Amino acid sequence: MTTVLALMHTQEDGSLPKAAREALTAASQLAAQSGAALSVGVIGKGASAAADTVAGCGAASFWVIGDEAVYPARYATDAAAVTALVKAAGAQIVVAPGSSRFMRCLPGASYRLGAVIDTHIVAQQAAPDGSVRVQRWFYRQRILGSFSRAARPWLLVVDSGVNAPWEGAAGSASAQTVEVAFAEDGQRTTVTGARAPAADAQTIRPDAPLLFVAGAGWTKKQKDGQPHIAEASGLIQTFLGKTQASLGSSKSLVDIQSEGQETLHFMSHMNQIGQTGSTPRHPKGLATCCHGEEPHAVGWRFINERRAVNLDPNCGWAQGKADVVYVADAFDVMARVNELL
Amino acid sequence: MTDGFQLVVCGSLVPDPLQTLEPVSTPQGPGLKNEMMLPSVLDPWAAHALYEAADLAKRFPGSKVWLVSLGPKAKLQQLMMTVAQKVPFELIALDGSASGFTDALGVAEALAGAIEAIPGLDKSRLLVFGGCASASRDAGVTLQVVGERLGIRDQFVGVDMLTVRPEGGFEVLERIEGGQYQVSVCAGAPAVLAWATGNLPEPPNNPQIGMANMRGVMPALQKAKPAAAGVGGMAYGDVELPSQKRQTRIVKDATADEIAREIVEWIKA
Repeated sequence: MTTVLALMHTQEDGSLPKAAREALTAASQLAAQSGAALSVGVIGKGASAAADTVAGCGAASFWVIGDEAVYPARYATDAAAVTALVKAAGAQIVVAPGSSRFMRCLPGASYRLGAVIDTHIVAQQAAPDGSVRVQRWFYRQRILGSFSRAARPWLLVVDSGVNAPWEGAAGSASAQTVEVAFAEDGQRTTVTGARAPAADAQTIRPDAPLLFVAGAGWTKKQKDGQPHIAEASGLIQTFLGKTQASLGSSKSLVDIQSEGQETLHFMSHMNQIGQTGSTPRHPKGLATCCHGEEPHAVGWRFINERRAVNLDPNCGWAQGKADVVYVADAFDVMARVNELL
Repeated sequence: MTDGFQLVVCGSLVPDPLQTLEPVSTPQGPGLKNEMMLPSVLDPWAAHALYEAADLAKRFPGSKVWLVSLGPKAKLQQLMMTVAQKVPFELIALDGSASGFTDALGVAEALAGAIEAIPGLDKSRLLVFGGCASASRDAGVTLQVVGERLGIRDQFVGVDMLTVRPEGGFEVLERIEGGQYQVSVCAGAPAVLAWATGNLPEPPNNPQIGMANMRGVMPALQKAKPAAAGVGGMAYGDVELPSQKRQTRIVKDATADEIAREIVEWIKA
């Protein structure tokens, strides 16, 4: 019987991130569709206790690695741990979340396993004969393609927000501990902590219901012939504070900053969405002072409801990319929006 | 680090983001309509990696930058007309497909082979740079496999900053969830760094750098070895453009107050 392994890691507090539970859902579905056995593997701090929280998922076996060496998200130790765990589980299909930790280490682990790997999977379907077909985007969310592979093991790294997080009963998983002989040179890197980017406040909120995207127009000369960057900063930050929206940026706005011009000080390349930025998933998105041209609009691929405030009725947003385009001055509109909120 | 770094940047061409892409079927697997005619740019994240490498090389005497690039030879030549004017590097060209539909593992194998063949490569000074993903395949797989293939166990992905420490080693900031950075200290080279945007702007064109680079670029292109990177074991099914045309409602003559009310109602709904 073939085995589908749901591979997860814990967070700093020992809990499983939402993305891990989403990967468990995908793995469970694949196992059920193909008649394969489901296994669960967890690495990281508190791995055994974390496995207990998903004990009711129907897995035939649970495997954990909770050594101190895998507390930090470090390539060398993570790759060694994942390699050992997948071998112990004897998995042919491995489903893992596309977290920064796994995106760092799984490609290297796949090389060590002699496996194949595909990332950013947005849909997966198995057949009773064990064949699996997956779907992902190419050219940065511009072309959608599906494919299958005969090679095994096959590591499937699924995008977050695609599958519903697994929910079910906790219990005793009776997880088996996988022993790993970590190489001496595997700890040349020391993870010293996490740091927020230079900004006044944390403005990237992946779970926010609304994405607010600011474009370069906020920094341009306004009706009086002068730029009003301080006013723009105030309006945007007030809006973010009232709505707890996540803040995105167009490329042109963050590029202004790297070119040394005065711009919104709380914005960095981390906020950038689009062809060369991120493609976040939020139920709603509001664009202000942006042009919805294709490289920018690909950042909105996974935003369900889209509205834009723009002075140009002919801008790219009006070409079937947004649901509503308000032709108005974003300074006036956002000031009034903040009052109403 | 008195001897400087050996900085190998992996990066190739991608279609200009402003171009309309249309998938077509070819005997080699999916491709793009008029792929050879599409204007290309250096992959954006790889470009950031190249600028960071050049900056590091400038600050640490004895360092050298190589650009290892896999793509159709003719298109690489076009690309070099602009890229070569940015920063000093030595090109190592591999003649093969730069398609986003190729398998990352085959590409990594070809790149690792080319890096290993660099004369005088000293792994104790080696930093392998590249983008954290390409704007074509966007897999985020290639560099890590290159690192494994070269036996490099210190790898960083989504890097925005590398700071060489006076006492040895370097500090790395990697992008992680929630708009934060993971901070790590690495004992030193060899290491793999897959860059996000970094912190440097695009350097202006410098014709003198361009002329110096081009002296090596043309011979490198002439002796570019063919690389058999293809779709590998991927059996493609449907490859299509998303049909996401929306019925856009354009609100032209409303007051700021009316628009604000509508937006607030929509946000709260």
